[in-house]
Amino acid sequence: MSAVEIRNVSKIFNRGRANEVHAIDDVDLAIESGEFVTLIGPSGCGKSTLLRLVASLLSPSEGAITVAGKSAEQARLDQDYGMAFQRAGLFEWRTVAKNIELPLELMGWNRADRRRRSAEMLELVKLPEFGDHHPAELSGGMQQRIAIARSLAFNPSLLLMDEPFGALDEMTREHMQTELLRIWEETATTVVFVTHSIPEAVILSNRVVVMSPRPGKISEIIPIDLGERSDDTREDPEFFKGVTRVREALRAVEGL
Amino acid sequence: MTSVTGTADPLVRAQLLREQSARADRRATAGRVTRQVVVFGLFMVAIAAVYISYKAFGAAFDHEQHTWRIIGSYLPRSDDLNMPPIPDIFGALTDPLPGESGSMAGTLFGEALFTLRETVAGFVVGVVLGLTLAIALARSSFLERGLTPYIVASQTIPLIAIAPLVVIWGRKNIDFFPWEWKDWMSVSIIATYLTFFPVAINGLRGLKSPRPENLELMESYAAGWTPTLWRLRFPASLPYLFAAFKLAATASVIGAIVGEISAGVGGGLGRRILSEALRYSTGPGRLYASVAFAALLGIGVFLVITAVEQLVLRSQGRKAIT
Repeated sequence: MSAVEIRNVSKIFNRGRANEVHAIDDVDLAIESGEFVTLIGPSGCGKSTLLRLVASLLSPSEGAITVAGKSAEQARLDQDYGMAFQRAGLFEWRTVAKNIELPLELMGWNRADRRRRSAEMLELVKLPEFGDHHPAELSGGMQQRIAIARSLAFNPSLLLMDEPFGALDEMTREHMQTELLRIWEETATTVVFVTHSIPEAVILSNRVVVMSPRPGKISEIIPIDLGERSDDTREDPEFFKGVTRVREALRAVEGL
Repeated sequence: MTSVTGTADPLVRAQLLREQSARADRRATAGRVTRQVVVFGLFMVAIAAVYISYKAFGAAFDHEQHTWRIIGSYLPRSDDLNMPPIPDIFGALTDPLPGESGSMAGTLFGEALFTLRETVAGFVVGVVLGLTLAIALARSSFLERGLTPYIVASQTIPLIAIAPLVVIWGRKNIDFFPWEWKDWMSVSIIATYLTFFPVAINGLRGLKSPRPENLELMESYAAGWTPTLWRLRFPASLPYLFAAFKLAATASVIGAIVGEISAGVGGGLGRRILSEALRYSTGPGRLYASVAFAALLGIGVFLVITAVEQLVLRSQGRKAIT
């Protein structure tokens, strides 16, 4: 069974009005369980919209999306996915541990279980000593790690990430990518990841989905096989080959 | 002490930075309070100095034909009737009121408590009403569009015009409460008229302040409107609400005093100010002393709200706005 199945999905905003926007046109994509898939493309190609359709934060104008074998809407109601955004979006009035426990609170976990789980998640993102701190005391990269811990706290089978490292500096970004790969391997979660960065897409993914704008479509799907990744992978010829392929696909999209 | 920059481990460094900033915060608070008290004292001295200079200047040229007789000709007169000497004002506080026993300060203190009761009741009812409105308006954009103009318009009606009406309604018509309706409760309603407004308007801004991605996050958890209100919108609105509470608390004092004066309700500072104004010529210091008590009451409630704000927001690791 596919983790995510997108069939003939279109999204039109403000249909029939003067400001009508055709954001997504006839997209078909199946994502396997445990796969890491990246959506990349120029601004306006609908990659964030597609992610929000999978999250059922938006509903498709045409077509259907299934997540974990059920409708995207039902998957949202059943908490089958976790989500991380470009801004960490931690609640400043809650401590770090309480931020991670937010979804657990909403799901009705008792206090002891929540505490235990947030401690585990802090271990996972390697910030075990920061549970009682407030988010403002953490750096941008640390905050983003907490946001990832929050999105994984209830053990979802699917993780949706919308440019989560977009606001970080290059060094922090590479470090976070390595961390995310480690977490992905440890948790066996399916990941759908939206990014602007070509090297980021290549180092992280099993498949890179290149999208073209106006209206948003899939123009090419590039498989990446880097095997077991390490810090040396970034200097591997295979990595550069992948980067070149994605770059050329993006150039074709932009007509350069 | 370990140098923060000399420590390599980021965990240790963050902990040290945190402790340092907590210490700095405590020092800064103590320093700020001391500074504010000193500045307030200097400000009072400066006002007294201006007051005394004005009197002295007026007295120096107080002849009908003097070329420099500006005060008295163009500016308000500075004689002891219009501007009683400062010692007379303090003297009025220690003397008993005509026909009464005990010092005037004692009487004023009792009357300040009476007005404080009206103020607190008016504030509490106004906060409940304002929050209820803010939540309703945040919930429904139809209500927001429909009601906001009327909420704003309500504040254009002069308080002094509706105050007597409220007291008359209270005396004649309010009999559905299980307790006996007293005039001071009508004065509280008048105060509420001023207090609900900043709470409703600022509260609405605060409830609508969360970023879109935070709202999307709650939606991704399939959290309905009520859990989103309690876990996101309401905590996010706290700094806005405290700013409103400070406005509302001082407005409540004004509402209570104006309410007492214009509706003729006895027992509080408003009524005291009115009586002392009516017999001003027999003791100008008494009116000044009464007004000073009213000012102190306003400053007092403001400081109480500020202290609560500091406690609440600091416990959440955040800072007050404004």
